[in-house]
Order: sequence, then structure tokens, then C-alpha cells
Amino acid sequence: MSRTDDRLLLLSPDDNVLVARAAIAEGEPILVEGLVLPLTAAISMGHKLARRLIPAGEAIVKYGAVIGTATTDIAQGAHVHTHNVRSNYTATHTLEEARVAYEAASEVGKT
Amino acid sequence: MTSLTGYLRADGRKGIRNRVAVAYLVECAHHVAREIAWPNRDQAHVIGFPGCYPNDYAQAMMERLCTHPNVGAVLLVSLGCESFNRFRLESVIRDSGRPVETLVIQREGGTAATIGKGQTWIADRLQDLSRAQRVAMDVSELVVGTVCGGSDGTSGISGNPAAGRAFDRLVAAGAACIFEETGELIGCEEIMADRAATPELADELRAAVAKAARYYATLGFGSFAAGNADGGLTTIEEKSLGAYAKSGQSRISGLIKPGDLPPRGGLYLMDVVPDGEVRFGFPNISDNAEIVEMMASGAHLTLFVTGRGSVVGSALAPVIKIAANPEMYARLSADMDVNAGRIILGESSVDQIGQEIYDLVLGVAAGQQTASEAMGHAEFLLTYKSFEPIGPACLPA
Repeated sequence: MSRTDDRLLLLSPDDNVLVARAAIAEGEPILVEGLVLPLTAAISMGHKLARRLIPAGEAIVKYGAVIGTATTDIAQGAHVHTHNVRSNYTATHTLEEARVAYEAASEVGKT
Repeated sequence: MTSLTGYLRADGRKGIRNRVAVAYLVECAHHVAREIAWPNRDQAHVIGFPGCYPNDYAQAMMERLCTHPNVGAVLLVSLGCESFNRFRLESVIRDSGRPVETLVIQREGGTAATIGKGQTWIADRLQDLSRAQRVAMDVSELVVGTVCGGSDGTSGISGNPAAGRAFDRLVAAGAACIFEETGELIGCEEIMADRAATPELADELRAAVAKAARYYATLGFGSFAAGNADGGLTTIEEKSLGAYAKSGQSRISGLIKPGDLPPRGGLYLMDVVPDGEVRFGFPNISDNAEIVEMMASGAHLTLFVTGRGSVVGSALAPVIKIAANPEMYARLSADMDVNAGRIILGESSVDQIGQEIYDLVLGVAAGQQTASEAMGHAEFLLTYKSFEPIGPACLPA
């Protein structure tokens, strides 16, 4: 396992994602399968990174089981989450849109 | 080794607590029930059903909860005009050998008169209950539930597998263990079916998850909250695989529905998704509804794994809080009983935390207060549902 960062956890040998055991800041170098890559966006504990390039349409595998499908090509070391993965069952609900709209409205209110 | 003792009930079951249940039979009686319980809120817990329309499931659930082994006496609080069958509920409680009284607010003379009379009744019962003797109890007489709430990307790696190890030990010791929320087992149906005691039970387990997938698809949302995604979970099937780890590795002995009592020790899946057409909305609108259903099936206590940081407890049956995420534990440690986040940090193994949870189950069963109990958490939630009885393949001999 020396070819991958201690901060990244491989849960099953079949997985194409790694789980962050700690928060990692944007731009920090991370070691993924022997490659040193700068982290493109900050990642929180428990979030996932691509272990290798995952082409659009390919299954996302964690715990050795399918957890969804890539909706776009995901580069090695990139954050794997709702922006590039969809469920094979029911769509994932987030408050992201509501938060963006609320924060935009709050900004308008301040001026 | 902790030696267990419990309160022996007429049906042979033993309780690990001796609570008084104050049960409102419609939301209109909720305030009065709460005021009655308030001066003795550590021991008198408020439960109830808010609806004014009758519902067989709610009736059955209230009958099970009011005769739960942790309950020593019951005060029913009725407004007077609701549809809940209070006559039948009172008779079931009386037949169980427990002291029971029904106060009807419209008959007693309103809010203040009912509160006064109810508080006196509770004080008298607590005096009686304080003289109750505990008798020896074996681990095999325990029923333990598990639930996860506020899950994140750490839950499935730390807290849930550790709870699973504790379940394995409890099942090996002869206890009955219940896991549930089939809507959070979507994607796990085949690996779970492989653990069924019989091929017929395997079919029932698959069918229960397929029913959940259909039900949630109709509603348009999976059993997945916005905070789950903030915590790194991307899809319902990812959340499911993490949640499934709570069940441990034991063979699955049966499938039960809310209110069914496990016939013997073993691991049971509870099918919580209603049968038939989608009728009353989401199966369990939040975590406490799940805890309530496992209590109705006799759970003495519940293991609750949380990543984001849920603070809830429960009326009647203690809740052991297992923190999956070490960052959350640092912020909410006073609300937590176990820090499974140490697994993420590499400070403890899943086995070590599993052992810690098992030991704590025995301690709490012997009377040790959990964090949520000590802080007065006694949440309760019961809503409308409808179920068909389980089929013969669900509980193989």
C-alpha cells in the first residue's frame, strides 16, 4: 500500500475510489497509485477520490460493490461525488442549489 | 463481567428500566401529557400517537409500547373525542399486569384538572415502582436494535462495522438483534440474501428491499438527507453498503415487521416499509420513528451510529450513541457514548471498538445511564402506516 497516501483508504481491492481519512487542503500533493498529484479541490474526511481515471458511464466501485455510475470522465485523484456520479436507484437530494440561491440573495440584501 | 438484572413482567420478559409511560392518544392531548410527566421526566416518559383517524398499525404499536418490558405503569391521556381505541389499549395494558389509568381531558374538567390528577397518579406509581425488585437476567434475554442517523462517509468504515461486531457477539451470546430500514439496504439485497437461514427467507429479504426501492422511487426521494451528501456519501446505494455493515456477519434468522417479537435469539431484519399502495408518505420520517418500531418489537436498547452528529435519545429504551467521525466527536463528545472515530485515525481496531460497544450494552442493561439519557433526551415519533402480516417463510423454525 506504499504506492498510495496514508490519508487515503482503499476499502476493497476492486475499488476505483479511495476514501479520505482526514481533510486535505486544495493544492496539497497526494500520492495515488504511485503518482504524486496536486489535490484539485479541498476534500473533507469521508469523501472519495478517483483511484484511477474513471470514464463516463463506468461503475463507481466502493467496498467492492457498485455505488453508482460516473456521469463524466473523472481524472485520477479528482473528487468523486454528486457532481460526477449518479445513483442507479434514486436521485440524490442535496441543499446545494438552495444554499447558493440563499447566499446570492443574502449578498444582494447587504449592498 | 457485568451481572445483569431486570424487572420481571407477567409475560416472562424482563425490563432493564422501570419507566412510567404517559401516552397521549391524539396530538390535542400532547401538552397535557407532557405537563403531567414533566416533574418526573427522568422516569415518566411521554409517548403517543398524534392522529385523530384510526389506524391498525398505530393501535398495535401503542399496545406493544405500553407493554414494553421497560415499562412498569401506564397513564393514558385522551382528549375524549379522538378515534383512537383507548378502551382496547387500556384493557391490553391491564391484562399485562401493569397499573393503568385513563384520563379524559373533556371529562376531568380540562387542562389544569387533568394535569393535577395525572401528576398525583404518576407520583404514586413511582413510589410503588421504587420498591420493585430486580431479578437475574441473562444476555440471551436481551433484544437490541441498531440504527444509523446523520450518516457520512466515515459511518460505513468505523461506527457501523464496529456496531456489527457487537451484534455478532450479542447473537453468539443468544440475544435477539434487529437491524432495519430496508430503504437503506438498496443495493445490498444479494449479499444480504446470501446470509439468510433458508432459501425461502432469502427470497423474502430480496422482496423486502425491492418493495422499499419501489416505495421510495414513487416518493421521489431515497432515504438520504442533504447532510449525508455533505459528509461524502454520493448515492443511496453507497449509504446502504455502509449501513448494512451494522448487521455484522451472523446468519440472518428471520424477517419481522414492526411489533413482531423475535421468537428466539438471532439476527432479524425488520421490514419497515408499508405494504400496498404508497399511502401515508415516507416510511419513517426521521430516525426516532425507526427506534420506536424496534422498541415495539421488544428492543431494550438501541445502538445508534452517527457521522454528522445526531444528539437524540429515546423514550422508554436507552440509546447508545456511537460517533463514527473523529472530527464530529471532538465537537459533540458529551453527546456520545463511544468514539469509533478512533478507527479512522488508526488508534483502534474495529474489533476493539466492537468489544467496547458490547461491554457498554451490558453496562447500560445493568443500569448505567447513556449520554442521551443523562441529558434528558426522550424523543418519540409514531405516524400512520399499514402492513400485511409476515408470511410463514419469514421465521424459519
